[in-house]
Amino acid sequence: MKERWDLEIKPQDKWYHLDLGAIWAYKDLLLLMVRRDFVSVYKQTILGPLWLFIQPIITTLTFTIIFGNIAHISTDGIPPILFYLSGITLWTYFADCLTKTSGTFIANAGVFGKVYFPRLIMPLSVLISNLVKLAIQLLMFLIFWIYFLSKGTDIHPHYLYIITVPFLILIMAGLGLGFGILISSLTTKYRDLTFLVGFGVQLMMYASPIVYPLSVVPGKYKFILLLNPVTSIIEAFKFTFLGTGIWNWNALLYSIIFMIILVLLSVIVFKKVEKTFMDTV
Amino acid sequence: MGEIVIKVESLGKQYRLGQVGTGTISHDINRWWLRMRGKEDPYLKIGEANDRSKKGESDLVWALQNINFEVKEGEVLGIIGKNGAGKSTLLKILSRVAGPTVGSIKVKGRIASLLEVGTGFHPDLSGRENIFLNGSILGMSKREIKSKFDEIVAFSGIERYIDTPVKRYSSGMYVRLAFAVAAHLEPEILIVDEVLAVGDAEFQKKCLGKMKDVSRQGRTVLFVSHNMPSMRALCSSVMILEHGMNVGLGNTDQMIAKYLTGPASVDNEDGIIPDDLSFHGTGEAKFKRLKTLDLKGQPKKEFCFKQDFIINIELEVSKRVENVIVMVIIVSSLGENITMAVDNEFFKPSSYDKGLYDIEVKFEEKLLPGDYSVGLGISYFHTGNDIDYIESFGGFKVLRETESKDMEYPWATVTGYTLPKTKWNIKKI
Repeated sequence: MKERWDLEIKPQDKWYHLDLGAIWAYKDLLLLMVRRDFVSVYKQTILGPLWLFIQPIITTLTFTIIFGNIAHISTDGIPPILFYLSGITLWTYFADCLTKTSGTFIANAGVFGKVYFPRLIMPLSVLISNLVKLAIQLLMFLIFWIYFLSKGTDIHPHYLYIITVPFLILIMAGLGLGFGILISSLTTKYRDLTFLVGFGVQLMMYASPIVYPLSVVPGKYKFILLLNPVTSIIEAFKFTFLGTGIWNWNALLYSIIFMIILVLLSVIVFKKVEKTFMDTV
Repeated sequence: MGEIVIKVESLGKQYRLGQVGTGTISHDINRWWLRMRGKEDPYLKIGEANDRSKKGESDLVWALQNINFEVKEGEVLGIIGKNGAGKSTLLKILSRVAGPTVGSIKVKGRIASLLEVGTGFHPDLSGRENIFLNGSILGMSKREIKSKFDEIVAFSGIERYIDTPVKRYSSGMYVRLAFAVAAHLEPEILIVDEVLAVGDAEFQKKCLGKMKDVSRQGRTVLFVSHNMPSMRALCSSVMILEHGMNVGLGNTDQMIAKYLTGPASVDNEDGIIPDDLSFHGTGEAKFKRLKTLDLKGQPKKEFCFKQDFIINIELEVSKRVENVIVMVIIVSSLGENITMAVDNEFFKPSSYDKGLYDIEVKFEEKLLPGDYSVGLGISYFHTGNDIDYIESFGGFKVLRETESKDMEYPWATVTGYTLPKTKWNIKKI
């Protein structure tokens, strides 16, 4: 008779043994982590969640002055504030997800070393708490957007496409998570990549159509930009709300496939590393 | 006792000593390449038993090697061993914090582990918020925590501070709250690592009581501690780890006695103290030998009831030490220090020149029948820093019969350890 065991601890599991069901069992922890991220960040601040608005506004103003007024980079005829804000909102979500999840193992070594729970809870909680942040910033963008529309500014949104926005966000989340936990898994033993994350994200921003529209990019560079899976999503977002930008099905499909493969790969690597990282971190 | 709920089979854990550096990447690449071709990992064959005091050949050591055991439902298994014997590594693997290198563990039921209290406490959050956070990290659902919330707060005894951020807590309050959460876990299997060593005496008692409740409810507990009395109070069986290997598993009292007297003392006639028994203090002096003698100077391991005996020590001083005190301690079979004597009856510091010393301590203290061992210490008088310290060595027995055979200790149970010098004055009134 074969005995039934609830759990078997072995040196290595099969690569496809991802045990994602365990995450569901810990959904309460996931939500509490989100709450913790959110509550603890603004404890002992005077402005509190107001900082959520201040950050993108100041960035937008800076971009408006430097790239718009000084460098005179085109915004495709869109009011600069709206143009930059649309890019920054989505980009910040991606960048925050990436940077914060890329430290998953190292930042949580203390907790991970003492108690077991599905390690993916941590990066997932980052994704969700940043989603709340994104929602608030998106709301702010929409307020500006409605203001400019009501003023009769010359923008032509594609209203029907607004339903695709959740999917765009989902792809962004997947990309941020994928890159983030991949880096986090690779840095438990060799810390080299952590140096890359900070300025790598910044460099990637310039390789995405945030401070300039894709339309002004010369042909020979466009190819590089389209290799960047973030490009098509930012463009699609701008196409939806501002009517400029390019809606390119092929490029979007590329981003989606890129995201799915990246997430699968990174979760497999992450699960492999979570077993041994305590010895090497 | 019910069915087997934990089954550990040929479990091993290998660690690499030294720094992670560029040298390791070539090993990693080599390993990966061999694995890709379906070859065996060559590094699993080498590696040595984990003995910290010796410098080894290889920089790979086995923190655990070939561990096999089973735990039945409702059993409370204690794990003892010196520092670095692999106790915590074993618990880490059982609680899935670290993975094993070879072997497997099979488990029935939900495991919760307490390797630390207050894991995941966030300093900025209030006590209330942290109870929920910590509870769910330990594997409780939100509903479970809610239903036990009042109980947890009452157990911790800090109602008043429950809405204050925990960073404002005193360390005692912090630990109380943390333990209170942990104590209300209700898994089928509980893994505990020395968390009892926290809080004041009253709180420790409370914790010990709670642990007893847990085991009484028929849940399985694995428990690591250096505290032999609480081991004895809680455990139904004990496993001894030494250099990452299982050297004994069985009855609690027997195993504790075996651990404390040290396996070496049984067959070591010269009384030479093994190097790894020392707790390695500052090292200017070292205890080399320990023998128990009768008054004729014959080495003996058994003494009669009421018989005087001599503890004979050889002490090597490699550098002159001043303001020190030498201490001889009688240790019970439970590991408690029963009584002690120092080299100066007025408890004054003394000094020792470089050289080898033969010290004879005559004990006129009458010990009650039982098993005892000897602890030795030489430490600085004022600071208390240990120069050398042996927790327990040289086990000996006190028999029930007196030397002249004129009387025998009459009862099966022995109350206490020493027979005080008393004078009875009984008057009828």
